Amino acid sequence: MRFSYFVLRRWLYSILVLFGLSILIFIIARMLPGDPARLALGPFALQEQVEHLRHVMGMDKPLPLQYWTYITGIFHGDFGLSFQTRRNVALDIAHYLPATVELVLMAIVWVLVLGVPLGVLAARYKDSWVDNLVRVMAFIGVAVPPFVVGLFLQLTFSYLLGILPTTGRLSLMTPAPPLRTGLLLLDSLIEGDFSALGDALKHIILPSFAIAMTGIGQIARLTRASMSDVANQDYIEASRGFGIPNRVIAFKYMLKPASIAPLTILGLTFASELSNAFLVETVFAWPGLAKYGIRAILRKDFNAVMGVVLIIGLAFVIVNLIVDILAGYVDPRIRIKHEEGE
Amino acid sequence: MSTRASHHQVTTGLNETRWMIIKDRLGRGWYKFRRNPISLVGGVMVLLCVFLAIFAPYVTPYPKHAGAFTDFQNAFQAPSKSHWLGTDALGCDVFTRIIFGSRISLMLTAVVLGISVPVGVFLGLISGYMGGKTETVIMRVTDVFLSLPALVMALAICAAFTPSIDKAMLAVASIWWTWHCRLVNGITRSIKTEEFVQASKVLGASPLRIIFKDILPNCASPVIVKITLDAGFVILVGAGLSFLGLGAQPPAEDLGTMISFGAKYLPERWWMTVFPSLAIFFIILGFNLLGDGLRDVLAVEEGV
Repeated sequence: MRFSYFVLRRWLYSILVLFGLSILIFIIARMLPGDPARLALGPFALQEQVEHLRHVMGMDKPLPLQYWTYITGIFHGDFGLSFQTRRNVALDIAHYLPATVELVLMAIVWVLVLGVPLGVLAARYKDSWVDNLVRVMAFIGVAVPPFVVGLFLQLTFSYLLGILPTTGRLSLMTPAPPLRTGLLLLDSLIEGDFSALGDALKHIILPSFAIAMTGIGQIARLTRASMSDVANQDYIEASRGFGIPNRVIAFKYMLKPASIAPLTILGLTFASELSNAFLVETVFAWPGLAKYGIRAILRKDFNAVMGVVLIIGLAFVIVNLIVDILAGYVDPRIRIKHEEGE
Repeated sequence: MSTRASHHQVTTGLNETRWMIIKDRLGRGWYKFRRNPISLVGGVMVLLCVFLAIFAPYVTPYPKHAGAFTDFQNAFQAPSKSHWLGTDALGCDVFTRIIFGSRISLMLTAVVLGISVPVGVFLGLISGYMGGKTETVIMRVTDVFLSLPALVMALAICAAFTPSIDKAMLAVASIWWTWHCRLVNGITRSIKTEEFVQASKVLGASPLRIIFKDILPNCASPVIVKITLDAGFVILVGAGLSFLGLGAQPPAEDLGTMISFGAKYLPERWWMTVFPSLAIFFIILGFNLLGDGLRDVLAVEEGV
């Protein structure tokens, strides 16, 4: 009961932070030297046309009023007009978001499927090759920029070995499955179109792995550390004394308490994956939100920048909230700590 | 006269003891540091980078090739004896440009941390010590800056400017203070209730004195470790910005820019991409190893 109160308070607070973020970005956007209307219309537009656009966009009104118009618009699903696509930013986001969601979800799958087992194995066989592999991956994950990881993967698997495609989400020859969720893997699965599914899988492997690299190393290292901590506990020693098989001890009695630390940094992992998406989508010409955002930034398309930033902020907030709830679920101590008032 | 002399003696005595303590600590730290091969390797790597960056015009074979330079006849040459790491699309020696490029990376991290760390530490101290409304305001603003991943926030700030290395530095610096603010705020809050701080207060020390003389020195170790670990991370973010075209603009010899231009010529002219990538890896790895080592030496908890 009290824990749900804590979650609710966190949730409300996160919304406040998002408002703060929108104000900050709004101020930055409007601080800009140069006139967005002029930038949108180009150097050959007449002054009256520029004035007209400024009026249409409400840019001749005072700043607080402009902000109010913008923020109330968002609640009606109106993110303003994008200068590059001449469409409502909300439509653009709906168009580009699924590709990025698919990529980041796939990266999370990599982190969970590779990171956690690698950490468990590294803890089990200390100083073995698995342990060393985890160490190296952790260092590469934090010391190599993700776009470099992407380029090297491309160089090895696409150019040298020629087994995986270089760019995009689907080959030109593959007809896309009908649009349902926008996630190609899911759409082709629903349709039962396995050639499209295979093609989409081939395309997503490299970019998602490049994004996941940081997370895999971090999670593996943290899992290893907390598995080793738990292994030194008395109750593990006791269960060994009772003759419980090692495998049962590792997965039934050790993994749950050891998963708390990796779980709490899953929010950070998600943050790093979102950042990495901005770099990796460029390398693999992945038509996602990050790529749209970068183009918007380079072309000073402010409504688009605001929209992308707010969506990413929202995603970040939601993921952190989920992580909090999960951590509280797995570890009752966290719940009690919050019930006692932080 | 005699009282003054004795006072003098007492202070020199105090200074001597203090000096001995410092020397003892330094000695032990150095001993631990030396015994930790990883941090030693990291330290050597960082020193090497700094050395090469400072003396770039003297250690590179073609110092003229840094910056705006074209020699189309020698463009796209594979690594050879005259050009160890090959030449790029404009005929510039890649090795030379990498060494000069490390200058930009190191300067970026120095400027960013030089601006953001003092600001963050100061705000952290003030907010932690004062508490109340001051703390609420400062920490809520910090939360807003941390509500986006660092690179995305830097990108959003970059959106307001014409891309250049100065603006990239400004953008990264304007978010980086938040980490140090949070760290120091936490330490200050826990230290402020310690007895020695209370004693200072009772003796009538001013808040400024307590903050800077009593609390600040206790933040030194974690902040130093964080700076070292940050150094690599700032270079990473900076490289990302210039890779996306929001950092240093050509013909500046920035590593991220070099990679993004070289990538167009993959896989045939791989040297244009691979070597600058390795250079970034080398610099960042150096700082990370050094930071990990320092954390052990200064006995700072994991998670900083």
